[in-house]
Amino acid sequence: MYDYSDFDEAFVRRRADEFRAQVGRRIDGSLTEDEFRPLRLMNGLYLQLHAYMLRVAIPYGTLSSRQLRGLATIAERWDKGYGHFTTRQNIQFNWPRLIDVPDMIDALADVHMHAIQTSGNTIRNVTADHFAGAAADEIEDPRPIAELIRQWSSDHPEFQFLPRKFKIGITGATADRAVTRAHDIGLRMVRDEAGAPGFEVIVGGGLGRTPLVGKVIRAYLPKDDLLPYLEAIVSVYNLWGRRDNKFKARIKITVFENGIEAMREAVEAEFEQRRPKFADISAEVLAEIEHRFPKPLLTPQGEDGLAAAKTADTALRSFVDTNVTPHRVPGYGIVTVSLKAHGATPGDATSDQMRAMADLADEFSQGEIRVSHEQNLILPHVRLADLPAVHARLKAHGLATANVGLLSDIIACPGMDYCALATARSIPIAQGLATHFRDLGLEQEIGALKIKISGCINACGHHHVGHIGILGLDRAGVENYQITLGGDATENAAIGDKVGPGFAYDEVIPAIERLLRAYLALRLSVSEPFIEAFRRLGAEPFRAALYPDQAQTDAA
Amino acid sequence: MARAFTPKVVTANALLEGDVVYLTARRTWSRSHAEALLLTDEAEAAVRLLEASAQRDRVVGAYLADARPGPNGPEPIHFREVFRTRGPSNYPHGKQEATLAHV
Ligand code: SF4
Repeated sequence: MYDYSDFDEAFVRRRADEFRAQVGRRIDGSLTEDEFRPLRLMNGLYLQLHAYMLRVAIPYGTLSSRQLRGLATIAERWDKGYGHFTTRQNIQFNWPRLIDVPDMIDALADVHMHAIQTSGNTIRNVTADHFAGAAADEIEDPRPIAELIRQWSSDHPEFQFLPRKFKIGITGATADRAVTRAHDIGLRMVRDEAGAPGFEVIVGGGLGRTPLVGKVIRAYLPKDDLLPYLEAIVSVYNLWGRRDNKFKARIKITVFENGIEAMREAVEAEFEQRRPKFADISAEVLAEIEHRFPKPLLTPQGEDGLAAAKTADTALRSFVDTNVTPHRVPGYGIVTVSLKAHGATPGDATSDQMRAMADLADEFSQGEIRVSHEQNLILPHVRLADLPAVHARLKAHGLATANVGLLSDIIACPGMDYCALATARSIPIAQGLATHFRDLGLEQEIGALKIKISGCINACGHHHVGHIGILGLDRAGVENYQITLGGDATENAAIGDKVGPGFAYDEVIPAIERLLRAYLALRLSVSEPFIEAFRRLGAEPFRAALYPDQAQTDAA
Repeated sequence: MARAFTPKVVTANALLEGDVVYLTARRTWSRSHAEALLLTDEAEAAVRLLEASAQRDRVVGAYLADARPGPNGPEPIHFREVFRTRGPSNYPHGKQEATLAHV
């Protein structure tokens, strides 16, 4: 776990004090909303549909047990006893009162957290592979680099007023669990011929109104060159990015309009300029950060009775088979704790659940918890022998749902139940799909499937990269849902295609059922997941299942 | 012929807790849509909105929302406004749990 420096502490405290004074001036009327809005947004405070919302960054998705307990307390004391984990590895509190927010921010600072740069046209919270430091397929833990980027970008004077918000995602593994190709900058660790770890740098990815898969701007960048290179990219974007049109202001449009070659040339030139300024600084700072990021000392273990326990307990068996991923150290596993119990709100955890997770982390996972962009929590370092005990405890807190990677493990943004920008609801669609397919008993049968739901074109629910994407829209004053098929969030990133007209709220679940029954009938075997069957067969048979009336008309 | 004016209510969020509020005939703010003043005249609606926006120590983000008369008072038309009268659909939070009170 990264250990805060005095500098971090002083910075966060100063910002907390400033914001307390600003809230005071807003409440006594000396600041207008127009004056206050940019200040509150800089501190992660939004005004949503029914209430304020405080968005708190969880840098690279890593939390200590102490921090998670801190969040549990905040949720209980100043909110409604729960928090919502988002696809940006943030946590959102949906019901704070303005007057309480300064106290919440102080309580966050007590556990070395803050809400700075979770909004505005700045470099946002750096997201990372949620299995970082634990995954078996990893070159190196990318989080020290993510922390380096966080320190470099926090309050960076040149980058406080970018043309638009800027998101960086990073992974050190072969499998891309951080959706790096859908970020303004994506960093994937690779090795050069000599075996030295560096980064493949991807630029210009993003979802939203114009979904684009990022392009490789540098196939290999040595680690020490990372900061000057990132700075070069952001400064070229700062100059070239379109400030005239909000919808064309993201770097994906800059790359798209100027071409990746022109962008690369400008970035490389700028990089040469900036590189000497960084000389050995990045290496030194990185060494210091790595020092503050001690690796847990894990020694290979046996499985001690896990196999027998699995045979005796079918719920444990399906939990282990579905929610546990191989760890880099034999005898350990990475446990994904689903926040998608059937019928629950994806990504929500109660204060009680947060505390249970914190206790489990202390007892079984080196005091560490991760937050995934898929809105689940992770215990990254659990001895396989401890899984029966961990499972039993999770069960007692409603956290043992064995559905990771299955149909009901749905990403859903807050949508029109909370979000002021939404054009339709997302949460009840997710809840309805999860319970419907559980009741049909088809979830296991269908197998691996990614459904992702957004409540507007901003695509916080990543619908474009869902195998099945669902986008809620407002069609003439009625909720309407557009379905896209064939998206992929992994290293094979792909944007899903729209296959036909949208569906009314009540028609969505029956439509998805037709689609998935068609898949079951068409797949070669149980080992051909939906996305592979879709790639083999193309959209046509699935379109026919979604729009049976149209298929009949076409045939007539 | 001029386009018929859809009646409006003035709505906003309360400054302190963000809850949805509506301008009443007495120029106070109510948490209940049914107590809102239904504005059937376009010019008056514009004036009321300006007045409301000026109350910057009480409310945030005032705007006009379409509404229609109902048996118990004005009713929202668009689904977004219907949700704003209730709260979220996943928990019984927001207005659906609160007792009605004036700001
Ligand atoms: S996708 Fe739209 S509705 Fe959903 S959280 Fe983002 S902005 Fe809000």
